[in-house]
Order: sequence, then structure tokens, then C-alpha cells
Amino acid sequence: MRVIVPLQAVVQGRGGLVLGSLIPCALFYFLQFYLRRNRPSSPPPPHSSASGSNLPELASIHRSLSRSLLSPRGSYGPARLSSRGTAVARDDDNPYYVGLKRCADDPYNRSTNPQGFLLLGLAENRLSLDIIQDWLVKNWKESVLLDDEEGELSIQGLATYQPYDGSMDLKTAVAEFMGQVMQGSVSFNPSHVVLTAGATPAVETLSFCLADPGDAFLVPSPYYPGWDRDIKWRAGVELIPVPCRSTDNFSISIAALELAYNQVKKRGMKVRAVLVSNPSNPVGSLIDRETLCGLLDFVMEKNIHLISDEIFAGSTYGSDKFVSVAEVLDAESFDKSRVHIIYGLSKDLSVPGFRVGVIYSYNENVLAAASKLARFSSISAPTQRLLISMLSDRKFIAKYLTVNRARLHDMHALFVDGLKQLGIKCASSSGGFYCWADMSMFIRPYSEKGELKLWDNLLNVAKVNVTPGSSCHCIEPGWFRCCFTTLTEKDVPTVLERIQKITKSN
Amino acid sequence: MAKKGVPLSEMATADTHGEDSPYFAGWKAYDEDPYDAASNPSGVIQMGLAENQVSFDLLEDYLEQHPQEFGWGCGISSFRENALFQDYHGLQTFRRAVALFMEQIRGGRTQFDPEHIVLTAGATAANELLSFILADPGDGLLIPTPYYPGFDRDLRWRTGVNIIPVHCNSSNGFQITLRALEDACTGAESMKVRVKGFLLTNPSNPLGVAITRPILEEILDFVSQKDIHLISDEIYSGSVFSSDEFVSMAEIVEARGHEERERVHIVYSLSKDLGLPGYRVGTIYSYNDQVVTTARRMSSFTLVSSQTQKMLASMLSDKEFTKNYLRTNRERLKKRYEFVVERLSNAGIRCLRGNAGLFCWMNLGELLEEPTVEGELSLWNLILHEAKLNISPGSSCHCLEAGWFRVCFANMSQQTLEVALRRMKDFTEKMKEG
Repeated sequence: MRVIVPLQAVVQGRGGLVLGSLIPCALFYFLQFYLRRNRPSSPPPPHSSASGSNLPELASIHRSLSRSLLSPRGSYGPARLSSRGTAVARDDDNPYYVGLKRCADDPYNRSTNPQGFLLLGLAENRLSLDIIQDWLVKNWKESVLLDDEEGELSIQGLATYQPYDGSMDLKTAVAEFMGQVMQGSVSFNPSHVVLTAGATPAVETLSFCLADPGDAFLVPSPYYPGWDRDIKWRAGVELIPVPCRSTDNFSISIAALELAYNQVKKRGMKVRAVLVSNPSNPVGSLIDRETLCGLLDFVMEKNIHLISDEIFAGSTYGSDKFVSVAEVLDAESFDKSRVHIIYGLSKDLSVPGFRVGVIYSYNENVLAAASKLARFSSISAPTQRLLISMLSDRKFIAKYLTVNRARLHDMHALFVDGLKQLGIKCASSSGGFYCWADMSMFIRPYSEKGELKLWDNLLNVAKVNVTPGSSCHCIEPGWFRCCFTTLTEKDVPTVLERIQKITKSN
Repeated sequence: MAKKGVPLSEMATADTHGEDSPYFAGWKAYDEDPYDAASNPSGVIQMGLAENQVSFDLLEDYLEQHPQEFGWGCGISSFRENALFQDYHGLQTFRRAVALFMEQIRGGRTQFDPEHIVLTAGATAANELLSFILADPGDGLLIPTPYYPGFDRDLRWRTGVNIIPVHCNSSNGFQITLRALEDACTGAESMKVRVKGFLLTNPSNPLGVAITRPILEEILDFVSQKDIHLISDEIYSGSVFSSDEFVSMAEIVEARGHEERERVHIVYSLSKDLGLPGYRVGTIYSYNDQVVTTARRMSSFTLVSSQTQKMLASMLSDKEFTKNYLRTNRERLKKRYEFVVERLSNAGIRCLRGNAGLFCWMNLGELLEEPTVEGELSLWNLILHEAKLNISPGSSCHCLEAGWFRVCFANMSQQTLEVALRRMKDFTEKMKEG
């Protein structure tokens, strides 16, 4: 505008006003045109969303101009994300994550938000937190603050650097807890324990130790969707699903493993381990002793590892007894150095927020490497102290485990029964927080597409989030994992009602 | 080590973890024979661990006045939600508290948006995460020497990323120069390594010096020119003896344009300034939305305990407490530093003029039999076994000049420090005689 006034002075009269406005505009456009023509080909735009940019265009023009004066960019930049980073940044359209995300903002609450999303896609146990809460009310001061020696409030012991793979006290407490969880059938040695901030880094760290990027694990499917990230993302290990069938309640077949092993070998990939979950996620079934022996024979024959994720070992409720691979190792003379157990407190103790995971290995070299890698995912010291205190109260733990199992049993029975009334049968399960439901008669067409359509209706119309079998690499369409541990008894009719809304219309 | 049997990965069997270096070997010697004034007065004094124990009493006072903070607030009912909370976004109250704390450290000269804070279990994890996100295997990160020995492991081990040293020397107080940057880049080019970023530690470890504004500007210009990322590890920002001597990269960035912001990422942690390494609280502050999103997702492997987040949220939001803490902590560190430098000077030992951190950068060049890495390590060994002091040799920090050592002074009581300095004096006198 300041340009206009002097021009008016020069070119007087009405014409002055017009020229006074036109000329600066024209000049401005000419400047733009000139700069655009002479701007060197700009690099690809940075992968940043347009947030918080209040800068006038002029500033960016300056930058581009300066770029033309630079040395060739051959060995540098561009300052984008790495290809690893980009893969992670890509929006995940896996229904497992999409569902969880949708629910996070609008979760169901019987009193405050009865129209919210029902979280049947999250394996979280809310049934027994009250028991832990009661213990805390009585014990938190001693368990969080106290300095063992002085008996005074102190953080000295807590604040300083701790062993990265967990204090020996916590390893001891966790090893004992694992023994208690498995009902005394086997005992665990604390010096075989590496602690990590959750089972997620435990399984990743173990993968880094057992396989090189591009190698493969054989994984009986359906399996826990999270592994696709946890094991592939950074460790770069391929997961090869080995399909199990509903005809035998999704049991692991050694013959199928053998077939898969040979197929993978033909593709030129190296199989480094078999990865199983026991109790199974998402099916909830237990691996019987015979199959465990079969697995041990198989991995011995192929000279590979066996990883057994036993994170739900304490959350069993059926009549079948849980048998850990550790129990079989103790009894028979298998080579222990190839067996590793993943465990954690997120499920059996209901404290996923505290981040406590376990790598239990019989292999000294794996322990040596994993304990060093644990530096990237160590457990917070105050949490270690709290849990040492809690886990050492063995009477409390025994009571907790018993009551929790009973509640799991009751909720499971109630829920499965309810689904049965809707014509939905579930696989036979004895552990975990979920049932594996067959809704194949409600999907159209009988394919993954049909399954996802049903999933979508359940999520967006009925506002019930369940995990579709395809996310778990289930080869038979129509199976869904439904978690029941975020519910109370009173919520069950609501859940069934909403599910029925959808199944009826199908 | 690898016995015949089921094979492990390359990573598990290689030694990229770097724990065979003298930096860590000294720790082993300490672990086997640790000094204790009463029970083991001739044990090894640990001067190789950059840990801050000078201000514990302030934290404990806070605890005494606010015990509820450490037990899920008034009434344990919030325990339920907390125990279940494993959202990788982190507790909002905690993120806000961390942002506030970081702003306070910088005297309110910068602003940090809690939505751009990604929490990790320690700065170790934060640095590794950034290395994964910003560089691919085989790519390079430029790092000025001397640098924190842990970087060799944290940035390279699982990521497969290379470190390209930018060599600094004592002729100008080890300041980073454009020439050194260009030399490093030329070196990378000749090795066909693609440089993806520059990692700056400000204040510097092991130098104990806050980087000056002109050099920070120069560095930001340089990374913009090369179109690479800039990681500013400001883990010691609250340990600058005089708060107005610290210039954060955030200050430089805020004065510049949008495009410059997108390449800058700041790492922070409560391990040094607040003396809480056991709590495992680290953070990445990035101006780049995509980096924030990606880092958040990857932080699933390294989440901060929800209990810890809850516990510290109120403490870090307590402006009166943090103001007093930061001021007192700085004063105490400054006093310690001056004490150490004076005593060393009396023993005829020069130190680099420092103004930050938990350590000083000391020169023992005169005592070396030969001005080489071997000479330095042999002297280091002597100091470890005769003077019973574990200090860090400059060669573990990739310092090209032999004879420099990092000496930590904040991880022990004043009494222990006096014993250590006396031992150092006795040792140097003996060496000079012999």
C-alpha cells in the first residue's frame, strides 16, 4: 500500500489511483513469475503435514533460491524418514489396530457412556483389579517408598542406575511368581530371567537374538496380530503362518510344520524358530504334553529354536491343566538351549501399564545378549520395587490367582453361553481373556471380504469391536476373537443384544 | 563364546555392543572392588559414571511433603486406570509436565508442545529410536568427537547405522568447525555412506561445555544445506552451571522457518538433571509430525511405566519446586566443578574450561609415556589399579588427541570426592618423580 501513495503523487488524478494499485500488483506478479521460472527444480516436498506454518511464501522462496547454490546432494539427505521409518509411519489398516483406535475415544461405560464402543478387541483383564487395589491401600507406602535398610522414606536406592535387565530381587520375585502361576508344576531360576518393559520388547529382543533380518519363524495360525509388528518391524524377521484347522480345534500339527518348513526352505529363506503361544492367543486352547514333545523333537531335528509365549499361563479356567514347555523339559531329556519362554505381568497380574516382560531362556549366550539389549527397554525402578513387594506376598498372590481364575471362568461361561443363544459356537478354550467365536454362518460371501464386512458392521453399526480372524492369519473365514474381560456381568446382555442386531440382519 | 549348538543371530554373537571397551572394563573393576569409606576404604572410586547424586535431598523433601504423589494421589481409585494404561501417547498430564520442565530449564525462552513429546524408557532408547527412524542400515550419522562412548552401541548396534566422527581438537577448545564438518562429509562420501543426520550433544559429554549460539546457528545452516536431520541431545541442559549460558537448539529453531523445524529433534531425559536414571524416563521432542507419529508407534518397545508417569507428573508441574530444584542443583554442580578443577590444578593438572555437566575434561598428556592410544590406555590402567580411580580415557570417546580423560564428580559424596582428588594428586606426584 505504501507504494501506491507515492505513485499517486506522480500520476495524479483518478488514473493515479488505478495505476497506483495496478502497478504494484503487476510488479508483484512479475516477481513471482520471474522467481518461479528461475527456481531450480525443488526437492520432493518434506513428508510433513501442514501444521503450524504461518510463514509467508517469501521465506520459502528464499530457501529454494539458496538451494541452487549448494553442493550436489548425492551423499546426503534428503531429510525424510528412513524406509524403516516410513513403513512404520504408514497408516495401518489392519482391523486389529483400526478397531482399537476407534474405541479409544468413545469407550463404553454402563453409567456414563452406555452408547460407547464395547471393547471386545482388547485383551485386558479388568475383572480382578479390585483385589490388587485392596492390597495397595494397605501396603503402598511400604512397597513404594521405604528404604529396606533405614525404614525411612527414601529414593536413593531407586533413583540410581539399576541393572538394565532388572534387579535380582525382582527377577527372583518374578521367577517365583511364574512358579506359582503354573501351580507348582515347575520352578524357575532367576538367573535365567531377563526383564524388559513389557512382553512386546521381550519378544522383539529375543527375535533380534535368534534370527537375522530376512530369516523366518514358523508360527501356527491363527496367531496374535501384534507379532506382525513386534517381530517384523525392526528385527526384520518374516512370520510364516502355519494354518491350524477348526476340525481339530485349531491344534498344532507337526506335519503341517514340516510342510511349511520345507516350503520356506525352497524359497531360500532360513527358518530360525517355531513360535507358539500357550494358552493360545486367539483360540484360548492349551497345548497338550504330547504336542509339546512333538514340537521339541521337531526343533531339535531342524536345529532351530522354540519360543513359547506363555503370557496367559496364569489365566486358565478350564478343566484342562496347563503344561508349560518348561515342565516338559524338566521331565524329558530334550536340549534346553533351544527353548525360550516369553512371559509378563500384563495379563496374569492385570498391570499392563507397569511394563513388565520376561525372557526366560536356558541358553547362556541368549541371556548374555538379551541382558545387554534390555538397556533399550528397562523396567522403571519404583515399579520394580512395588512389584517386588507385591509378588513377595505369596499369600496374597495365591489368593489373587485363585479368585481371578474363578472370575475368568464365570465370565467365560456366561459369555460363551450367551453367544450360543445367538447361534454362535466357540472353539473349546481353557485360558486367556477371550473366546474364539465361529460367526461364519453370518458372513456373506464366505471369504475374508465377507468376514471384514461383518467386522465393519459390528464395529460401526453395533459399536462392538472384535478382532477378525483374518488379522490373526486364520485360514478359515468367519472366526472372531471376542474378549470378555473388559466387561462386568451386567454388560453381557448389552453386548449380546448389539451383536444380535447385526447377526439377525444377516 | 559360541558353543556348538543351535545358532544365534549375528547381532547376538558380534561385539557391536561395545562392552569390551575400557570404558566398561573400568566399571567391572569397580564392581569387583567398590570403595566404601567405612568397609572398603582402599577400594576403587567410581569416577566413570555420569550420575547426579548432589540433589537427592531436594527430591526426598518433596516426597516427604507430598507422599500421595507417589501412591496414585489421594485414594487409590485412580490405580485401576493407571495400571491398565499402556497408551503409547503417554499420560497427557505427564507430557505436559515434561514440556513445562523443559521450558523452565530454558528460562521460558522456548515453548514445547506436549503433543510433540514422545516418551521412551530413557534417552538411550530415544537415541536408538531416532537412529531407526531417520537412517537406514548402512547410512551415517555425523557426531562430533569426543563423544559419549554409549553412542557406539546405542546408535549402531541394532540399527546397522554408521557413525561418522566429526573430529574436534584442543586447538580451539574442541569446538565444532565448518572445516571439520566438511572433512567428515568428504570422508563419508569416499566410503559411499549416505549421511542422514547430525547428532549434537549440548551441553557436550564428555567436554562439559555448552555449545555457543554462533556454532549452533552454523550447525543448523549446515544441516539445512545438506538437507539432513539434526538430533540435539540436551540431556544435560539442566546441568549448565549458569542458566543463561545454555542455548537450546529449540531457541535457534523457533527463530527460523517452518522448513528448518522439520529436521530438528531434541532428546531429553530425567536421568541427569533430576538424578533419576533408575526411573527410565526419556523423551524425543520433534517438530516433525511424521517423526512424532512414527516414534510414538515404535515407543511400544520402550514405554515408561504408567506408575512412574503418574508419580512424576505432579512433581514436574510444581513450578515452585522445579524452579528451586534447578537453581539449587546448578549451584551445587558449579561448586563441585570449581572444587575439582582447583584441586586438580594444585596437582598440576589442567582441565578444559567447562560450564556444564557432571564431569570435567582433564588433560594428563604430560604423564603419558608416548602420546598414543596405547600410552593413554597404559596410563589409564595405572590409574585404575594403582590410584584405584576409574576414569574414562579419551580414546573411548574417540578423541584423536591422546591424554584426555573424563572425570565424573557428581556421583559421590563430598568426602569421597576429596579422597579421590587426594589420590589423584598423590598419583601424579609419584609419576612425576618416577
